[in-house]
Amino acid sequence: MLHTAIIMLLIGLFAGIMGAILGIGGGMIITPIVTLALGLDIKYAIGASIIAVIATSSGSTIAFLRDDVLNLRVAMFLEIFTTIGAIIGALLTGLFDPMILYILFGSLLIFSSWNMYRKLCRGQEVLKRVEPDHLAQKLRLNSSYYDKNLHQQIDYQVENVPLGSLIMFGAGLASGMLGIGSGAFKVMAMDGAMKMPLKPSSATSNLMMGVTAAASATVYFFNGSIRPEIAVPLALGIIGGATIGSRIMQILPSKVIRAVFIPILLYLGLQMILKGFGVTI
Amino acid sequence: MNKKETTREEMMAVEVVIGKIMRIGVLLAAGVMICGFILFLVHQTSGYPGQTFPTTLAAIITGVGQLKAYAWMMAGIYLLILTPVLRVVVSIYAFIKENDLLYAKITTFVLLILIISFIIGHR
Repeated sequence: MLHTAIIMLLIGLFAGIMGAILGIGGGMIITPIVTLALGLDIKYAIGASIIAVIATSSGSTIAFLRDDVLNLRVAMFLEIFTTIGAIIGALLTGLFDPMILYILFGSLLIFSSWNMYRKLCRGQEVLKRVEPDHLAQKLRLNSSYYDKNLHQQIDYQVENVPLGSLIMFGAGLASGMLGIGSGAFKVMAMDGAMKMPLKPSSATSNLMMGVTAAASATVYFFNGSIRPEIAVPLALGIIGGATIGSRIMQILPSKVIRAVFIPILLYLGLQMILKGFGVTI
Repeated sequence: MNKKETTREEMMAVEVVIGKIMRIGVLLAAGVMICGFILFLVHQTSGYPGQTFPTTLAAIITGVGQLKAYAWMMAGIYLLILTPVLRVVVSIYAFIKENDLLYAKITTFVLLILIISFIIGHR
């Protein structure tokens, strides 16, 4: 057991650092390692992934709250849509073939990867509009954060709140029905649709994904899908990794984070589309 | 002082409170998990036969009292699962304290949906 524990601790450390920087859950790293390398049942892999998401979220949120990187109002408002989506998703599970959903959500991720690439080429992180968005102003979503890489306070405006909310509903639906995409869709909604800068988008996604995962985690906890000898060293590694990652993220240039994002979103999207066609990688 | 600055300061106050409580929650969960791990190393057994582990709250609490390694580990995991919920609850209090009623309402609504999903999950 000690051998497995050390491996899980190291995997957790890596997944925690990456997860905190990007604002996505470590499921895509954890699941293949647990199933392929350790030969465990997929049921335990899903249990481990969901614990990984919560550990990444709670571990990184501490620093993101203290350093005021995330946008608490955006998180709270959008959580309405992710949680409702998650419930509906959980209720719909088994009612119809998930194939079409895998292909749809997979295509969305590939589109979002392309979007990120275009943004990277443009090289402009914060777009300033003359006319602030009416709904965003009413909900007081516009905010600012201190960028430790640029050494300056960055004010930003939030736009397209309805479209962002719709994507968040989809993100909740995906995690409720398919148990995936806890963070990737959230970053896509904030960075892509709502035009928030990447760092607050990723930090806010980190905060939000813990709440979405907590509801399904209790189900897995009580039906015995979460094995303590796997989940504990993994969670401890991730908490440590997320603590480090949440500091690294703040000093990294946004461009670098975006460049890391592009292949990951592409990989996630392809993985999902293939899964829709019955191929598991 | 203009309106924008006041809301910004309010927000900082809210975030600092939530951040501190989150840290206590995460450290507690990690501490209990580490205790479970140490118990395993000291006793050289999980405290449960074969590959089994406790999955009901009653069994976990009993096992924690008997210093069983897997019971402590499962208790730590459960505490970790509760940290995001704790964050939502504390946020409601913090928003009310800062007189931000709109967001106190929004957060309460999120908590209600979360409770509903817990109930659905336990069927």
